[in-house]
Amino acid sequence: MDRIYSHPQSLRDVPTHYCPGCGHGLAHRLIAEAVDELSLREQVIAVAPVGCAVIAYDYWDFDCSEAAHGRALAVATGIKRVRPQNIVFTYQGDGDLAAIGTNETIHAANRGENLTVFFINNAVYGMTGGQMAPTTLLNQKTSTTPEGRNAQFQGYPLKISEMLALLPGVKYIERVSLGSAQDITKTKKAIKKAFTNQIEGVGFSLVEMLSPCPTYWGLSPCESLDWIKNIMAKEFPLGVIK
Amino acid sequence: MRCAPLCARIAVLRCTNKMPKILMSGNDAIAEGALRAGCSFYAGYPITPQNELTAYMANNMQKRGGVFIQAEAEVAAINMVFGASAAGARSMTSSSSPGISLKQEGISYIAGAELPAVIVNIMRGGPGLGNIAPSQSDYFQATRSGGHGDYHCIVLAPASVQEGYDLTCLAFNLADKYRAPAIILGDGMLGQMMEPLELKNQSPKPKAKPWALTGCAGRKANVVKSFYLKEGDLEKLNLKLQKKYKEITAKEQRWEELFLDDARVVLVAYGSMARIARAAVKTLRGKGRRVGLVRPISLWPFPKKAFTRPKNKYLVVEMSYGQMLEDVQLALCGKAKVEFLGRSGGGVPSEEEIILKINKIYNG
Repeated sequence: MDRIYSHPQSLRDVPTHYCPGCGHGLAHRLIAEAVDELSLREQVIAVAPVGCAVIAYDYWDFDCSEAAHGRALAVATGIKRVRPQNIVFTYQGDGDLAAIGTNETIHAANRGENLTVFFINNAVYGMTGGQMAPTTLLNQKTSTTPEGRNAQFQGYPLKISEMLALLPGVKYIERVSLGSAQDITKTKKAIKKAFTNQIEGVGFSLVEMLSPCPTYWGLSPCESLDWIKNIMAKEFPLGVIK
Repeated sequence: MRCAPLCARIAVLRCTNKMPKILMSGNDAIAEGALRAGCSFYAGYPITPQNELTAYMANNMQKRGGVFIQAEAEVAAINMVFGASAAGARSMTSSSSPGISLKQEGISYIAGAELPAVIVNIMRGGPGLGNIAPSQSDYFQATRSGGHGDYHCIVLAPASVQEGYDLTCLAFNLADKYRAPAIILGDGMLGQMMEPLELKNQSPKPKAKPWALTGCAGRKANVVKSFYLKEGDLEKLNLKLQKKYKEITAKEQRWEELFLDDARVVLVAYGSMARIARAAVKTLRGKGRRVGLVRPISLWPFPKKAFTRPKNKYLVVEMSYGQMLEDVQLALCGKAKVEFLGRSGGGVPSEEEIILKINKIYNG
C-alpha cells in the first residue's frame, strides 16, 4: 500500500502547549510539511517570536533562534545576510509583528530582505491573557477593552499587510485563513510560494494567516472558525494583496 | 558631525626603524581593528560622537567581504548583531550613550543566549540626551548588568587610538572564548582624537562554533535561546553563567601601573582620563612628589589584583561623579584612604585640577 500521508520530518512528535482549537499547531504543521516537500529541512533557519509561539523551536526539528519581542525580522536580517545560502523565516503574532515590532517589520520589508514571514493574526494577545492586539476588531471584547474596542480611544484594526504592500521592496503578500479545510489548502500553497520566492531570490514575502483563538475570543473551536469566516475575514479580506 | 573624506584623514607618518604609522581617529582605529579581527557583520545607527566608526564600516566592510547595514534603530542594530552572531559571524555594533541605553534589551538577550558580540560605546554626556562632549558616566551601565538579569559584559577601556585598535581584536577573542558580549568603552575624546597608529598584525583567534545556526545538515537541530520556562532550568543557566564570570574574573583582569613602588598617592583613572592623570603624575614626579598611577584596562572584570598591596592614599579621577570609585573602594576594602575628583556633563578634570587636589591631600 502506498503511504500518502505521514508525520512531517520537520515536526517533532511531541504534544504542543496550545489551547484546544488554536491555529498555531496547524500553522506549525503546514510550515513543516512545506519545508519537507521543498527539501529545505537542512537549510532552514527559523526565528521564533515572543508570544504564544515562543517555544516553536520545541516543535520544529530544524535550526531555530529566539528573538526579543518584536525583533524577529532584525534577527532574521542578521542571520540571512551572513548566511544567504540558508532559507530564513520568521513566525510572528500580531502583537510581535504589528505593535512592538512594527519598526523592524517595515524596515526589513523596505530593505527588501530576501526573507519569508509567517504572520499569525488572531486579533488578540494570547500568551499574556487576551489583551487588545493591533488587529483586534472594533467592538471586540478583550481584557484591556472590556467594553469592546472603541475607535475613539483605541483606534482601528491595523492592516499591516496592506501597508507593507505599498513598499517596493515587498514582492509577495497574501492573506489566508486557517478557518476551513479549503482555506488550509490555500494556506499551504501560499506558504510554499513564500519559501519558493526566497529560494529564487525574489525578495520579501509575507503570508498572513487568520487564525482561531477560541480561549480569548470566548467561543468554542467550531464557533471560532465561523467567526473567522463571517466576521474577521470581512475586516481582513482574504487573497493575494501583492 | 562633519566628516572629512577618508583619504584626507589618513596620512602616513615616516618613522625610522619602525613599522610605518598612519594617523587615524579613535573611531576609525576601532573599526579597522574590528575588520582585522575578522568582524564580518556590522549594524549601526547614526549618533555623535561615534559616526566616523559607522562611516568607516560603510566604506570598508563590503570591500572586505563582510556585511554593513545602517539599521533603522539602535534596537534593530543590536538584534541584527544577535542574528549574525547566532549564525556564527564575528559581529559588532557601535553607538554612544543614549543609543547604548536602547540596546540594553538586546545585550541582555545576547548574554542570556551566550552569544559572542562586540558593542562599542563612545560615551557622551548624560543623563537624557545630554550633550556630545566626552564623558565616563556609563561605567555603571557597562560594568553591572546594564539590561535585565544577572549577567556581565566583558568591558575594555582603551586610552589611546592604538589601544582602541588593539583592544578591539582582544574583545572579539574574549567574546568568542567565553561566548559573552564584550564592550569597548571609550569616550568622545578618544573617538575623535587622531594619533599615529601602528597597524600591527592582529591575531584573531576565532573558536569553532558547533552551536551556531547554519542549517541542521548532518547534525541535530541547534536552538539559540535564553528562555527557560521549566522549573530549575533558568537557575541552571544562571549558575553556568556565574561559573563563567568567575573564570573571567580570575583570568582576564588587565591594567597598567606606573611608579607604584614608592608611591604615597596613587591616581586611578581609565580611558582618556588616564591620559590626563598620567601627565599629572609626570609633572608631580618632576617636582619630587611620589605619585603613582593605576590605569584599569579591563573595567569588568575590574582589576582588583592591582590593589592587593594597598598604598597610603588613592585618588580616583573620572569624567563622572564617582562610578569606578565604588570598584576602587570595594577593591581596597577600607585598607587605604580613597579620595575622589570628578566632573561630568562635558567637564573634564584638568591636569592642574588633579595637581591641586594631590597637593592638598599629599601630606594629609
